[in-house]
Amino acid sequence: METMNDKINEMLQRSAQNASQNEKSFIRPEDEEREVIAPDGSTIKINPIYDYFSGKKPQEEKPLNGVVEKFLNWARAESIWVLGFGTGCGSIEIPPLMTPRFDAYRFGVQMRATPRQSNAFIISGYLSVKTLKRVIRSYEQMPSPKYVLALGSCTINGGMYYDSYSTINRLDKYIPVDVYIAGCMPRPEALLSGFMKLKELIKEGKAEKANEYARNFDEYKANQKKIIKDWNMPDYNW
Amino acid sequence: MSIYLKLGATLLGFLIVLNWGMLMSAIFRKIVARLAGRHGIPFYQPWIDLLKNIGIRTTLSHGVMFYLGPIFRFTGALGMFLFMPALFGSDLWANFSFQGDIVLILYFQLFGMLGMALGAGEGGHPHSTIGITRGLAQHAAIELPLTLGIIALAIQYQTLSLNEIIAAQQGGMANWSIFTNPVAGAAILLAALGAMGHSPFNLVKAPNEIPIGPPTEYHSTYLGVLMSSGAVLHVMEAALFMNLLFGGATSWPEFILKTFLIYFYSVFVGAVFPRFRIEQSVVWFFKIPLALGILAILLISF
Repeated sequence: METMNDKINEMLQRSAQNASQNEKSFIRPEDEEREVIAPDGSTIKINPIYDYFSGKKPQEEKPLNGVVEKFLNWARAESIWVLGFGTGCGSIEIPPLMTPRFDAYRFGVQMRATPRQSNAFIISGYLSVKTLKRVIRSYEQMPSPKYVLALGSCTINGGMYYDSYSTINRLDKYIPVDVYIAGCMPRPEALLSGFMKLKELIKEGKAEKANEYARNFDEYKANQKKIIKDWNMPDYNW
Repeated sequence: MSIYLKLGATLLGFLIVLNWGMLMSAIFRKIVARLAGRHGIPFYQPWIDLLKNIGIRTTLSHGVMFYLGPIFRFTGALGMFLFMPALFGSDLWANFSFQGDIVLILYFQLFGMLGMALGAGEGGHPHSTIGITRGLAQHAAIELPLTLGIIALAIQYQTLSLNEIIAAQQGGMANWSIFTNPVAGAAILLAALGAMGHSPFNLVKAPNEIPIGPPTEYHSTYLGVLMSSGAVLHVMEAALFMNLLFGGATSWPEFILKTFLIYFYSVFVGAVFPRFRIEQSVVWFFKIPLALGILAILLISF
């Protein structure tokens, strides 16, 4: 028991040293790269952050040729699985979509609770800096092709929070946006028409923003790091 | 009969079962939608979802077991199909049914679940682990009354072969096991509610609570494989209860009608009752269904 406490103390001391040296580190002490003794007695190097996520850069994934891609695009357009991220007041407009009055299921739109299975990401309103971090992580976990619907004027130019100290103004500086739905707040009908627009884009093969993100990855990452001060995750966390 | 003809027929039968399973899941969601006063998905939505999932460009793996999880599940579904006599008296679609196939089918039912447990565990998502823990606990509770009921039937007919059990039930509805051995039938049908995995026993996937459950990390083709094996499993479970209790089927229309009714018995129970918590669900199976299972064994033995 004592040795365990010693180790934790040592770890905390080292992280305090790191913090006082050069720039401040936001990585939690238990997530730092270090050497540990494995159960069989050998010493191994571990880097917990990269155990949780991989740091692999996103790659551009080229569409297939001709009619195959057209067919797949039709399937993608008719089966949109949505990750609803309740960031702002707009999230109150998402549940009615699935009720008898609006019933988005008719159009192949279904809610999904995990980014791994989702294709469309709804950012529903203003984004605080703290939330942006989670949005980026969720967005990067979605498999490509992926689409982003930005809901409300807050995502376009900051809306009524344009001069707030804690929210971002333009969403497309940080992740690429396929469809903007303007309004404060847009009604569910507007959201449905946004889905229709997205379907059109997908069928025309124009919804390739995931590749754009991969292409301009460094630029997006620089923008993200400029605003997120406590960066304690890998650059790309698939 | 040539082996190629037999293989072709088995493949065709598998395709019929797969598509029927997908259509059933669509009808299920359509019925739930209509109950809520919605229009609901188009009936062809599951096929589009499957195509979409196969068309996803990114596929990433969390390790070897993560790959094998969906494959195990598919093997479980395929194994259940291969050893289940789909049509009674048909050379082509009795599949590879043999003496003792019930044991194998029950094993295959569990096999897919175990594979899924290993694969989803490697995915590392907490929701997967919660779902898996609940799933295995509940499965243990379901298995007891189900197996007791099936053993009661096996004692009654003095056989472990599904074909012989179906043969013994031919010649009118009065010969069906559900009427000749209602106690075992009740135990099996109550356990069937759990095996089908609809509300009130849907706490493995538990929408809105531990969203998605075990397959949380599964995406693209993995999810496609899981979806198609889920469709086959649903039909095959309904077919198992059909063969055990309702005299089997002699033609595809009869097969489809009977599996539909058995599947939708669990759907309608689910539409009425809200979800149990895990301890409620396990205790529920250990009360009336288990008592009925033991009673069935006692009645048939003495």
